[in-house]
Amino acid sequence: MDFAFSEEQQMFRAMFRDFSAKEVAPRAEEIDHEERPPLDVLRKAANQGFLGATLPEEYFGAELDGVSYAMLIETLAGDCMSTAVTLATHVSLVAMTILEHGSEAQKEDWLPLLAAGEAIGAFALTEPDAGSDAMALQTRATPEDDEVILDGVKTWVANGDIAGLFLVFAQGPEGVEAFLVPKDTPGLTVGYREPTLGLRGMTFNTLYLEGCRVPQANRLGGPGDGCEVAQRAQDRMAIALAAAGLGVAEASVDVAAQFASERVQFGVPIAKKQAIQDYVAGSLIEVEALRYLVYHAAWLADQGGDFSFDASIVKAFAARVARTVTNRMLQVLGGYGYMEDYPMARKYRDARALGIIGGPTELHHVRVAQRIFAERDLEIAP
Amino acid sequence: MDFTFSPEHVALRRMVREFAENEVAPLAMEIDREGRVPFETLRKLAKIGLLGVCFPQEYGGMGAGETGYCILMEELGRVCTSTATNVGAHIGIGAMAIYLDGTEEQKRKYLTPLARGEKIAAFVLTEANAGSDAAAIRTRAVREGDSWILDGTKTFNTNGSFADIVTVLAVTDPALGARGGITAFIVESDTPGFKVGTHENKMGIRGSSTAELIFEEVRVPHENVLGKVGEGFVSFMKTLDMGRLTLGAACLGGAQAALEAAIYWAKTRKQFGVELAHKQSVQWMIANMATEIEALRSLIYRAAWLVDTGRPFTQLAAMCKLYGSEVASRAIDMALQIHGGLGYTRDYPVERAFRDARIAEIFEGTNEIQRIVIASRIFREHGVRIRP
Repeated sequence: MDFAFSEEQQMFRAMFRDFSAKEVAPRAEEIDHEERPPLDVLRKAANQGFLGATLPEEYFGAELDGVSYAMLIETLAGDCMSTAVTLATHVSLVAMTILEHGSEAQKEDWLPLLAAGEAIGAFALTEPDAGSDAMALQTRATPEDDEVILDGVKTWVANGDIAGLFLVFAQGPEGVEAFLVPKDTPGLTVGYREPTLGLRGMTFNTLYLEGCRVPQANRLGGPGDGCEVAQRAQDRMAIALAAAGLGVAEASVDVAAQFASERVQFGVPIAKKQAIQDYVAGSLIEVEALRYLVYHAAWLADQGGDFSFDASIVKAFAARVARTVTNRMLQVLGGYGYMEDYPMARKYRDARALGIIGGPTELHHVRVAQRIFAERDLEIAP
Repeated sequence: MDFTFSPEHVALRRMVREFAENEVAPLAMEIDREGRVPFETLRKLAKIGLLGVCFPQEYGGMGAGETGYCILMEELGRVCTSTATNVGAHIGIGAMAIYLDGTEEQKRKYLTPLARGEKIAAFVLTEANAGSDAAAIRTRAVREGDSWILDGTKTFNTNGSFADIVTVLAVTDPALGARGGITAFIVESDTPGFKVGTHENKMGIRGSSTAELIFEEVRVPHENVLGKVGEGFVSFMKTLDMGRLTLGAACLGGAQAALEAAIYWAKTRKQFGVELAHKQSVQWMIANMATEIEALRSLIYRAAWLVDTGRPFTQLAAMCKLYGSEVASRAIDMALQIHGGLGYTRDYPVERAFRDARIAEIFEGTNEIQRIVIASRIFREHGVRIRP
């Protein structure tokens, strides 16, 4: 075992921090308040290679290892969780899914564009009646000659408003299948944007597919491979979301610790009060536990093989830690924590998303339980 | 023992429920989005006597006691936390300070129009450097003949931007501090030198107004001293006790609404071929919410009974605020979770409830202050004096 970062990872981390402090932090409040997707930040991130963070160099990616990529998401989320999750959707859910399941032609067509930020990726899986039960899809994929016709309604399409490429899941003749659908495809319409509690710089949209024709060649993977494609994408995303949870939680501890050092009540900085020490210390302990769970899962994903179990563990834990830590740290700030002019309220609203997006905690618990009981020859249905 | 409500209180609840459903609930989303105080609602509440629900009829009130007031706050809290906040700041702390410590003349002159809802009150205490440590206020009041001259800046004042009458705490003798050096005053907001400063942009209760108030040589007649000179701190703490109890009642309403919404969604939403109600994780959440809500309801109305029967209630009032705010936050968090993604959007009331509820753990004495109040009383009974 070796828990030290490589020199390269340390260098990356310094670079991420520098970028985030300079380009992301100053924009975070505005991105949230104006509910504006951070397109200019994404352009700058593309110049740094972050939009192709884990793609190989041959597709103009930065070829980061998993741990470095987790640190990138963590760092961005510390300043602006909207930016971090927008980027993670693009990289983990879309670009990496094409890299893993795509044909050579698909990779050559799309990965350089995605890495350069010329197209942003969106992920269209959820439907009104298929949330946690993700494979209960109503959207149809009907083959006709060498084309496929897509019909249906998708909801909660992450990056919907800003995407150039949609990864759409639909029910085909042989099961669920995934398709690459460019934004300008006739029959594709981006609709309603969810007015979310937090992550207000992200866009989650309804997507209408009406007689939307794409070539058969746009199918990702083989016939009926959609479930596997979706699962792998969501496992990768679960780790990225956990990294975002780590970032927002540790940044909250930072904000609250600074506040507690400066805020004087009863003649002393409130940091001298044991209750505040309990809040801050308890939170940091959880953050540190989460940190190594995140880096471990990120490392594991790089080793090849199935990392579904660890992805669920880290995602469920991150959701809990991000929720409880932001809640406690808001309390440290008292009334100031409740005001939108301070960053805590935003972090608190943003962090709550993690219990829901990327699969609710209850679903990840079921997945963890499935593994636990499978070892005892018991099959658990969700 | 008798755990039933009187016929009058049952009738009051029926009336308030109807008002809340018909007049308050339909505006809740709009006032949150627009960040607007629903003055029309306050006028309607005044018209049917509810802005003086707990005060005696001789001062223009309804005479329904603390229990009646808790019923009002619970029912308002069930549909709109902002409205409950506006009403609570007016009745529970603003007017209450005058009711508890005002002279007969002050009650006739100030409490009566407040109880009738002809005028609106605010309770003005907090300063930038005096939050939990309320005794650290610096707003000064200096005697000048038959008047006092007030100077200072107060922050986080609910209703402060539009109140007609405010009760305000100021230092009258810096050498004496909280015990003897702080005095409460009744100030009419049209007094020269009374200014409204910046408005806070809050995460929730956006249909309530939280503003800075600036006192610049505000001249207040000596007859507007509330209680005795030098006893204002004790007086305000007594008022806050009452406010805490009814804030707990508003939290009870908020938690109850979350439970109702969660039950509705759990029996409506299907995943994996069944309604969510058939999932044990969801059942646990509902069972936990319901249990805590029942415990809170008993706590609130027992504390109200203590007040109405003239018994000591400070300890229980602190528990009402502490437990109420935490039960509401937990219940709303679970309701949001049961709603999944939709609960995370402003299209569903649970999202607003999530933002609104969080303030109750902070204002009217943070929950840390409540724990200090509770623990210090416990230890005092055991011969140990603790400091915050």
